[in-house]
Parts: sequence; structure tokens; C-alpha cells
Amino acid sequence: MTVSPQNLTLKPDDAAPASLLNVGVLALQGAFLEHANMLRRVGAAPIEVRLPADLTGLDGLIIPGGESTTIGKLAVQYGLVEPLHAFVTGGKPVWGTCAGLIFLAKDIGPTPSGGHVIPRRLAVMDIKVDRNAFGRQVDSFEADLRPTFAAAGAPFRAVFIRAPKIETVGPGVAVLATLNDGTVVAARQGNLLVTSFHPELTNDVRFHRYFLEMIQSAAQTPPAK
Amino acid sequence: MTTQNGSGNNKNGQESGTWRVKVGLAQMLKGGVIMDVVTPEQAKIAEDAGACAVMALERVPADIRADGGVARMSDPGMIVRIMEAVSIPVMAKARIGHFVEAQILEAIGVDYVDESEVLTPADEAYHINKHNFKIPFVCGCRNLGEALRRIGEGAAMIRTKGEAGTGDVVEAVRHARTVLGDIRRLTTMPDEELMTYAKEIGAPYDLVKETKELGRLPVVNFAAGGVATPADAALMMQLGVDGVFVGSGIFKSGNPAQRAKAIVEAVTHYNNPEILAEVSKNLGEPMVGINVSSLPREEMLAERGW
Repeated sequence: MTVSPQNLTLKPDDAAPASLLNVGVLALQGAFLEHANMLRRVGAAPIEVRLPADLTGLDGLIIPGGESTTIGKLAVQYGLVEPLHAFVTGGKPVWGTCAGLIFLAKDIGPTPSGGHVIPRRLAVMDIKVDRNAFGRQVDSFEADLRPTFAAAGAPFRAVFIRAPKIETVGPGVAVLATLNDGTVVAARQGNLLVTSFHPELTNDVRFHRYFLEMIQSAAQTPPAK
Repeated sequence: MTTQNGSGNNKNGQESGTWRVKVGLAQMLKGGVIMDVVTPEQAKIAEDAGACAVMALERVPADIRADGGVARMSDPGMIVRIMEAVSIPVMAKARIGHFVEAQILEAIGVDYVDESEVLTPADEAYHINKHNFKIPFVCGCRNLGEALRRIGEGAAMIRTKGEAGTGDVVEAVRHARTVLGDIRRLTTMPDEELMTYAKEIGAPYDLVKETKELGRLPVVNFAAGGVATPADAALMMQLGVDGVFVGSGIFKSGNPAQRAKAIVEAVTHYNNPEILAEVSKNLGEPMVGINVSSLPREEMLAERGW
């Protein structure tokens, strides 16, 4: 029996040479090491972000999956919300996976009965999201996707864990991937990328490479003030 | 719902209950604190404090220890009320080997089952075949062999056992050091020694080999059993675990809300002594501890499990 490696570790031969691109990974809680391992594999230098000062000098940022309430509360307590907001509005690329998607979405609908709201989110991307809409863990699933930027290649095996559902997208938002029933699961609006699934739990680097290309092209254009 | 097949296809080309989604949820809990709660009110306090999940149970380990008698799965009605009260994942405990308790917990839709030595074992020889379930399991261990036996049976997450309900971190440290030390030694072993090592520790050979290649357990590994302070939690993180379970340590203390929040912050900033100092201030009374070295061996919960 072999247990799949889940990208819990980085094999030494996967490590790419250090690059000029410093990509932050918000490391308050959740699957931040998995993202860091993927970033190394695509040739970027991951930086763990726990405090506002850690944002200095970053070219882009990933807000990982984890528990959105936990990440949201820690971001408020350690004064990260305003600096993160400035980072996004300054034009730096930011990618939210799962909990990170909730953190970026403008609209997460009404508070579920008894549930708790995330105290303050960035609320910058023009999407409406329903948290945990795919159900509890028993409903977590894998599915094959055909991302628009890799339509000709092999399907992307996506892992959805108690995932949020993107219900509607605004006019400026490009859909990058859908489930068979048309549900939007990956989208981009300018410097913002969101996925309701977890590319960092697979060995498929295509989404990380796509994000790195977003960072590279943003670095070549002056920041929008 | 069948419990005879772990994973299965459902509508829309989606496959649920796979190994990857089972381990994946544990990966989302990393760097977080999972708190024992006995009421919906406590669950909300835990969620407010930033817990990444809660463990729903009728009595915390300190009370199970004090009350004696047989400790069983909690009332499913109580677990459902806790699931309705919070949006974070909810775990619940089944007795070692009691696969029907696990079937019941799967039927009500808990997010993780803890096959736990804190409850009275239902089987003195065999653990649950966890591959049969769609929901994932976490199991306790004291050493690498025990961890890999549980993973071999289908556990998608491991926690070192410690000694639950004592507030004494010494056993949590012992078990974490043992597991992590076993792995460090394994990584330097030549391949021809692995089969004999697998035999010695009673672990599946393939998992021994995989652990050597990864340099860590192939699933997420939390610490449990005796964590009572932010410093205890950060200690376990610095030793190298992925996150922390806190059982009696929060709701048996003087100020649960503040202590819970402090432990969450200590796990995130486990390498930052200035922040650890700040969050450790003025927390009030910690839980009353039991010195593990004063416990008779037959009262040690960690001895349960095979």
C-alpha cells in the first residue's frame, strides 16, 4: 500500500534555483507549507507572512486554505487587514485558495444561522460566495477540470475540501474553470486569482505557474496607484 | 449511505471519500488548535477564539478520569447541536475498535472521527478498519510503529497521545520526541535495513519506506494530551508537530475564552518569544494538573491501543 504524498514535503530534487520573485504565503493557519513547496517547484522564493512587516518586498501573495474564521481573526489581531488591503489595491497579484477565496470575495452572503462572521475581510473581488456550500467533509470531493489556460492539456485533478461555492461573478471577472454542471471554481479579476479547490494538495503545478506568470507580467508594468 | 466502500463516485464526475480529501482536511487544520467542547456554547467560545475545529464530547478527559466507569461515544443529539452551532469542522470520538459508533458518527455527518484511547476500548485486539468509511479518522500514537499501523488501517491524521486530562505536558513531549526521533533515525537507515526495522516496530513495510522518503509521517501529525498553556502549545510546535489538540486545558481553566485565544495565537507565532510572552500574560488559573509520574500505570490512557 502506498499513501499518496499530498505534497506534505518538498523532495530535494524538486527544489528550483532561487529566483528574483518573492511570493508571500499568509502563514497564520492552514496549508501554507504546501503552497511554499509548490512555489519552490515553479522557481519562486516563498516567504511566510505572519506580521505586517513580512509583506515588505513581496511581488505577490497567496492566501491559503485553512479555517476562514481562524485566519480572519488572526489577521485582525495582528493588524494585517489594512496592509493586505494596500498590497492588493497597489496592484500586486494575490491568489486566494478556498478560505483565501472567502477572504477576497466582496459578498459572502448572509451569516448562516448560528455561524460566525469573519470579522473583517479584504472584500475586493467582485464575486458572491456561499461558504461551505458543497457541504461537510463527507461531501468533499475530487473532480477533473479543464482550465481555460490549459484547455489542450490533461485534465487538472482538483481537490475540494468543505469548499466554498462561487455563486455569481461580476462583469470584470474572467472564469478560468468550471465543474461539469457549470459551477465556477476558478476565476480572475485583474491582479486577483481565486480557486475554491486546492492545487497545493496535488503535484500539478499549472495553477502555481499561472500565478507566477501573473506576477511576472505585473512586475513589468508600473503599479496602478 | 453505505459504509462498505470508502470512496465512491457521485453525480457530476465528482469522487468523494478519497484518500486525498481525507488527508486534505487535516492539511487545512495545520497550524491550528482543535479544542474539546461539551456544549454548543463552549463550541462558540472555541470558534470565537479562533479554533480551527472542535472535538464534541460529553465529558472532557479530566472529568472522564475523575468519574471513572465506562466512557463511550457521546449522544449524537448533542454532537448534532454542536455541528449546528458552529461553521468550523466538528470531530467526535468513537471507542477503539467500535466500528458501529463510527458508523453512527458518519451517519450524522461529523467531519472527522477520533478513534480514541480517552474512551474505554471496545476491542482489546483490533482497531477499526478505517478504509471502510467515507469520513476520515484521526488516531493516537506513542511511537512510529503505532502511527504507521494506524495509517495502515486507514487513519488520515495522527496525533501523539500524551496523557489526556492531566494538564501535564511531559507525555506529549515524550511521544512527540519518540515519533519524530524515530523518523530522524529512519531517514539515515540504508534501504536493506528497512524490512527488519518494519518487523521490529510492527509497521507496514511500504509505509516505513514512504516515511523514510518523505522524512516525515505521510499524514498530518498533531500533538495532544496534556497541553494547558500557550507555552506548552508552542513547545509542541517547536518540537515539530503540525498543530495541537487541547482537551481539558481550556474549559477546566479560570478564563476559557482568553486562554483559548492565547493558545491559538501561540500556535501561529510559536517561534516568536515576544508574542508568546504577550499572550501568556494574565490568563488566570490554568487547569488543576495531575503529575503524570504519580499516576499508576493502569490509569494511563495512553497505554490503550495496540
